[in-house]
Amino acid sequence: MDFSIRIIIAICFIVLAPFLGGLLEGCDRKISARMQRRIGPPILQPFYDVTKLFKKQYVVVNRSVHFLLVSYMALMVLTGAMLFGGTDLLMCFFVLSTAATFLYFAASVTNSPYTTIGAQRELIQMMTYEPAVLLTAVGFYVAIGSFRAADIVNSNYSLIVKMPGFFFAFVFIMTIKMRKAPFDLSTSHHAHQELVKGITTEMSGKNLGIFNITEWYENIFLLGVVALFILNRNPWSILAAVIVDLVVYFIEILIGNSNARMKWETMLKMTWIVTLLSAGVNLLVLMVIK
Amino acid sequence: MANVKRSPWLLHYDGSSCNGCDIEVLACMTPVYDAERLGVENTGDPMQADILLITGGINAQAEPVVKQIYDQMPRPKVVVAVGICACTGGVFKDAYNIKGGADTVVPVDIYVPGCAARPQSIIDGIIQARELFQKRSEEHDAMVKAGLTYEQYKKMKDEEEAKKVAAAKAEEDRREEENNG
Repeated sequence: MDFSIRIIIAICFIVLAPFLGGLLEGCDRKISARMQRRIGPPILQPFYDVTKLFKKQYVVVNRSVHFLLVSYMALMVLTGAMLFGGTDLLMCFFVLSTAATFLYFAASVTNSPYTTIGAQRELIQMMTYEPAVLLTAVGFYVAIGSFRAADIVNSNYSLIVKMPGFFFAFVFIMTIKMRKAPFDLSTSHHAHQELVKGITTEMSGKNLGIFNITEWYENIFLLGVVALFILNRNPWSILAAVIVDLVVYFIEILIGNSNARMKWETMLKMTWIVTLLSAGVNLLVLMVIK
Repeated sequence: MANVKRSPWLLHYDGSSCNGCDIEVLACMTPVYDAERLGVENTGDPMQADILLITGGINAQAEPVVKQIYDQMPRPKVVVAVGICACTGGVFKDAYNIKGGADTVVPVDIYVPGCAARPQSIIDGIIQARELFQKRSEEHDAMVKAGLTYEQYKKMKDEEEAKKVAAAKAEEDRREEENNG
């Protein structure tokens, strides 16, 4: 792909991702409400919420929280821009982990018991999903011989044919990353019974607004990785990728609405078993048939 | 001017209630009444809340808690007393351990009476509260724009109010004098 086109796509991501992510969250809340036979908030509700948050009085426990959250957001934007710019997938995932670390710091500097427990659970979640994320990058390398997203997109056929196991493992850990039940341990979109609001308890006003916008960027980034499995040289694959993204998002909503929260031990065991069985076996098969 | 009233986030605190009103508050969030269609979210976190719902009368143990929750909420904020106990103390008014309604501790803006308050009236209270929240938010914006702290702004408003009262009084005196003369 041409360098200038890649830059344009990356800029498009930076500008459009928050709007798209917010709209998706609005649809998420509406669909969730319909699943529970409620009317639900308007689709633009996430934007109303964030606008309000930026207008509230600025209250912080520790001043460094703002800096750490801005770093979290900047690194998340960078991760997405790197993926959509077609650079190294492995590097993207490392920057993603760094971003998540900043979120951990932002939560733990406040010393509040709720955020501290939430932050520890966030670390456990990172430990849980990281193997699947790294294996996905490795899987792409074994399948096509390159870590670069631009090369993956330029392949002759959709890579999901070669790596269905990786796809399943990645969709499985997306439940953790999107903070959906049963894996919404560190924080959730609803009032958390045991942790108030978990990792975001001490964030208010514009800090919480920044956190929400970063979540939108992150969701679009994750859907971008899902699209990598589908995209190929044929332009029609873009349409297929969008459809697969929407289906995956719907499945996540369905899982989130039909499950109760799990303990972290169960989450860790389940996720690692799924990662090992589907992504691991898929990797072995890929290496054998190569 | 942003429309902040479309996103009122609730914090529900149970003072010393019999749980009748609490069940009705939770009923507001259920599919039958679905307060979320108004943008309401039950946060459970004072730092993220806009509207404080208090149920039950205030006793000595609940008093510092309510005060602290109120102080932790960022401005602009609105307080709604739900149920007759939170409004006035209700049947427990003369009990030795009850101070009275929620307004003995924090400034209450909206009173929702009833024993227990019905979900319809609670939602009506929330709708009134969000109108007030919108008004307060506009005042807050004006305050931020003028670069004033809350204390300075409040002092300015109080002075304006005092001037208005003084002007009205002067006007009344003048009329009285005219009538007499």
